[in-house]
Amino acid sequence: MTPRAMAVAFSTIVVREVRRFTRIWAQTLLPPAVTMTLYFIIFGNLIGSRIGEMGGFDYMSYIVPGLIMMSVITNSYANVVSSFFSMKFQRSIEELLVSPVPNWVILAGYVAGGMARGLSIGVIVTLLSLAFTQLQIHHLPVMVLTVILTSALFALGGFINAMLATKFDDISIVPTFVLTPLTYLGGVFYSIQLLPEFWQAVSMANPILYMVNAFRYGILGVSDVNVVVALGMILVFISVLSAVALVMLKRGKGIRH
Amino acid sequence: MSHALEIKGLSKTYGDGFAALKGIDLTVAEGDFFALLGPNGAGKSTTLGIVCSLVNKSGGAVKVFGHDIDTDLSAAKMHLGVVPQEFNFNQFEKVFDIVTTQAGYYGIPLKQAAASAEKYLKKLGLWDKRDTPARMLSGGMKRRLMIARALVHEPGLLILDEPTAGVDIELRRSMWTFLEEMNRQGTTIILTTHYLEEAEALCRNIAIIDHGRIIKHTSKRELLQQLNLQTFVLDTESPLSSAPVLEGFATRLGDEGALEVDVEKSQSLNDVFVQLEREGVRVQSMRTKANRLEELFIRMVEENAREKLEEAV
Repeated sequence: MTPRAMAVAFSTIVVREVRRFTRIWAQTLLPPAVTMTLYFIIFGNLIGSRIGEMGGFDYMSYIVPGLIMMSVITNSYANVVSSFFSMKFQRSIEELLVSPVPNWVILAGYVAGGMARGLSIGVIVTLLSLAFTQLQIHHLPVMVLTVILTSALFALGGFINAMLATKFDDISIVPTFVLTPLTYLGGVFYSIQLLPEFWQAVSMANPILYMVNAFRYGILGVSDVNVVVALGMILVFISVLSAVALVMLKRGKGIRH
Repeated sequence: MSHALEIKGLSKTYGDGFAALKGIDLTVAEGDFFALLGPNGAGKSTTLGIVCSLVNKSGGAVKVFGHDIDTDLSAAKMHLGVVPQEFNFNQFEKVFDIVTTQAGYYGIPLKQAAASAEKYLKKLGLWDKRDTPARMLSGGMKRRLMIARALVHEPGLLILDEPTAGVDIELRRSMWTFLEEMNRQGTTIILTTHYLEEAEALCRNIAIIDHGRIIKHTSKRELLQQLNLQTFVLDTESPLSSAPVLEGFATRLGDEGALEVDVEKSQSLNDVFVQLEREGVRVQSMRTKANRLEELFIRMVEENAREKLEEAV
């Protein structure tokens, strides 16, 4: 395939993915908007006003970056895992397998599709947060880079999950039992400075803590972790998961007999 | 003559140890209309699956228009159009989107893809349904949609796995006409089918596969020449209590009391009627017992099974 043909194939996959999640917007775009609004009202306004400051900011301002990041992470992952597994289930994945699209273009297309949904939700949640607090941007490049790389990383995770999944139950195990606990314990609602030393050390093993804090640094200028380390770690994870996904595609794991 | 498809020593053993293909060789000439026949589980779909990259091979080589799928897979795929046995499109997508998306996977820009989609959707009578979600189509329309999708990038080799399964006779005939036209325009076609009359009506060359081995690979004409025995079913005016003995012909009573007579190529039907007249048997109507190719196919598969049994003993 020529580079131009690959570009057409890539954009075809992305457009198809975007068409899919916008067609079912009531299942994809609306729920996170409703959930996050409830978080803002209950945790930010009602409970937050009694908590006072955290990290030098009022509680609502402190949790907004974490909640935006939580939405981006779960939706980037969910989009790819559900879309790719549905294609396996309906066997429409064969449309791609018989075509000359290189594996890396397939992977890039799905990851970009997942990022499109994750970042769209990120924008929606950000706009909603403006109704409750004023957002300042401390370091725009760090904020943008962190959210884009994190979205790509979890879209990759969703892709690998979908390749390994053999039934619908398998696509909800990781989000329910891994992503949600790690996100809630990843400094979305609190600074790890509040924790005893032991649990601070344990929290440092949670990769989502780094992403949430790097993003919070971009917006508020405060972080529990070193931002350069956080970005470097995301890049390493992206490289490793990309390599794993490409090997699985080459071997046809779960998609070829 | 150049080959649209060349298969050498192709083998496939699945993870559970089942050897679906045991080193098959197969060639299909450019422009051919070729049938790959075989009983269920013989290896037809595995063979086509490997050619289309849906199944990983265990050994052997496959070339599509000279492009080896091991070293030049992308070029090989550009020449292939595939119509699978089961519906494999997103049921929630619209007909037009399914076809243009497939074109996009081949690197065809949207404007060109839309024109090609329109051409084939019109040819296959689906243009009026272009904005309909695929799940709303009838079974026959879904089959035609898969054909339009397979042709949108104008492949040189079209592979159809049971294309007319579950399709009514009228639609089947119209699909035959369409495929014949595609073949006349230069598209090489390979099909598998359980309707042997379909293979007999459409194909010029035939391979029969059984237990993962090609047991026959020849032209349809040559294959049919091997058929030197035909069975005729005669309905008599009065019911027969036993089959009359006719000199030189094997006879028996078939289902519903009709008389079955085996006639070799060298024999004359007139002799049958003369002897029946002599026996006082009057014939009301007559038909051939089975489709010719079907008879040959069954015989070959049975012979292959018998040989296998003898080898095992």
